[in-house]
Amino acid sequence: MRFEDYNPLDEKYYSILNAHGEIINEKDIPALSNDELLYLYKTMLYTRTIDEKALSYQRQGRMLTYAPNTGQEAAQVGSAYAMDKEDWLVPAFRELGAWLVRGVPLKNIYLYWYGNEWGSYMPEGVKVLPVAVPIGSQYQHAAGIGMANNIKGEKNAVVTYIGDGGTSHGDFHEALNFAAVFNAPVVFIIQNNQYAISVAREKQTKSKTLAQKAIAYGMPGIVVDGNDIFAMYSATKEAIDRARNGEGPTLIEAFTYRLGAHTTSDDPTLYREDSEVEEWKHKDPLLRFRKYLLNKNILTEEWEEKTKKELETEVMATFESIENKSDTEIDDIFKYHYETMPPQLEEQLLEYKSFLEGGK
Amino acid sequence: MANTLNIVQAVNQALMNEMENDETVVVYGEDVGLEGGVFRATVGLQEKFGKMRAFDSPLAESAIVGTAIGMAVNGLKPVVEMQFMGFSYPAFNQIISHVARMRNRSRGRYILPMVIRAPYGGGIRALEHHSESTEALYAHIPGLKVVIPSTPYDAKGLLIAAIRDPDPVLFLEPKRIYRAFKQDIPEDAYTLPIGKAKIVEEGEDVTIITWGAMVRDVQKAAQMVKAKGIHPEIIDLRTIAPMDRETFVESVKKTGRAIVVHEAPKTLGTGAEIVAILNEKAFLYLEAPPTRVTGFDTTFPLPRGEKHYIPSPERIAKTIEDVVKF
Repeated sequence: MRFEDYNPLDEKYYSILNAHGEIINEKDIPALSNDELLYLYKTMLYTRTIDEKALSYQRQGRMLTYAPNTGQEAAQVGSAYAMDKEDWLVPAFRELGAWLVRGVPLKNIYLYWYGNEWGSYMPEGVKVLPVAVPIGSQYQHAAGIGMANNIKGEKNAVVTYIGDGGTSHGDFHEALNFAAVFNAPVVFIIQNNQYAISVAREKQTKSKTLAQKAIAYGMPGIVVDGNDIFAMYSATKEAIDRARNGEGPTLIEAFTYRLGAHTTSDDPTLYREDSEVEEWKHKDPLLRFRKYLLNKNILTEEWEEKTKKELETEVMATFESIENKSDTEIDDIFKYHYETMPPQLEEQLLEYKSFLEGGK
Repeated sequence: MANTLNIVQAVNQALMNEMENDETVVVYGEDVGLEGGVFRATVGLQEKFGKMRAFDSPLAESAIVGTAIGMAVNGLKPVVEMQFMGFSYPAFNQIISHVARMRNRSRGRYILPMVIRAPYGGGIRALEHHSESTEALYAHIPGLKVVIPSTPYDAKGLLIAAIRDPDPVLFLEPKRIYRAFKQDIPEDAYTLPIGKAKIVEEGEDVTIITWGAMVRDVQKAAQMVKAKGIHPEIIDLRTIAPMDRETFVESVKKTGRAIVVHEAPKTLGTGAEIVAILNEKAFLYLEAPPTRVTGFDTTFPLPRGEKHYIPSPERIAKTIEDVVKF
């Protein structure tokens, strides 16, 4: 694939595996082993299981507000799998599949949504930034990480994510501009899931595609079928290769759909028709990948059944390992604002502790 | 060899020293590279350290700060410039939502050893938005340090300390006195402690707490009242956040009287915090109500009106007399 062949202004759309699980772009099938393909499928199943369980815990009053990923697994897993160990991942907040691929433990992920900052304490060697809630701001961090790579002469790349709504933010545009001006090795991915909470993609921008915004900044932009794991992997891989070769940033629009709500506080029936959701269910990234793997005899139903059960057991055990055991330590609220706690903060902490101890 | 510098030269030398000492220090912002900054604070850096370490950025404050966050996460120590404090607000979200919070929200996994420099304050007959003193906006935010020097010696020592600090520092430079006077200062790198005030002049009748360009105006006011037998103790706070409470509380316990002088608007300004601290820590020592001499709760006037806005030595001297007589 060459980005030049997919000019977003020509409404070109990059895909390899169609919604029926058929290969429509033979020459671009990624060279992945059967084990790798099964790993990808398993990670997508894992992502969906984590989502389903989180939603069910939330409905039972056991989980707080949660942002589901269902429908976007290929966009997340496929892109992150194209990364190397030393590459940086800079997420927004709906990148569960990418976090898992990059080695963020589920325990961290659940802990974050459960309401404890320790969830954002990444294990050593996991080059993933914490969730960024303010919309769009993380794109600039990614540009800066990439600029630093150039200054330090390091070859690793940065992959960052934003939603379709985020592309309206000034930070999105400033980040693309900085990355292009400084030739930063960054892959900017837009998960265009068609809605920013309730606001439809068409109301967000007059542009026909989001990818075409790349053109203004002097970088390649491409619209990719975000529900196609092969296309997402392949486009991201090529963008990362460009970045590593000193060819600068790329913008990838993953054209996908949020099958669930924005978060558990949202009611999508207020702003979209069931028929639209039904239509997208046929384009489910898991369904088509499953069909492909079954047809190729890479996947068996026995393996799938067994794997699903194992994943479910693991997910439940992980949630139970944090449930009711994750209240924040009082000291932790205070002690991570500065390397050395200033006297006024120490005083507030001591006063509060003394209050809790009965004013001694 | 004498190394006699004004504040802006001291800032420049601090940057030179640290870029020399530590190759992870990078400096960028608008007009910072080729031209050396609109106040020439970064002059010569690009020549000496190259375009990779001292460079011009596109004109976008949010991205200047936002990319500095990424650089700091990735092992560099960026020192970025907001051309004027009044232009820092596009970066407000990055500063508040990320710069101030990264250490806490990642429980110490990611830290941001970065400095945001900004010339601040009025009195240079500048255009709109070039004169404000909004230090309180930033000092209110947990996780930020706000440092304001008032002399060349302090500017250099505090800026080097800020660059070496593992936490983000907003470094506000009082541009009215950028070139007002020179001092002999060490040519080599040295640091002064962030979060430590300085007693500029000792006295026993009243404590005046101030910072930045106002230190010199307070000194002038002190000269005026000395003729009337009043000896103020002048404290230069030097760091607004975290504030050195001990130094001014101890001083007020000695003098029994306190005046805060700042250029920023009065209501909810840094002076309000200082007076509250005095109420909590020195109430029984007070012989007069702690008071404030400040800018007004108005927009900073255009140059034809600025002489009314910035507290004059005369206004300060009048308040000193009132407080001592109380």
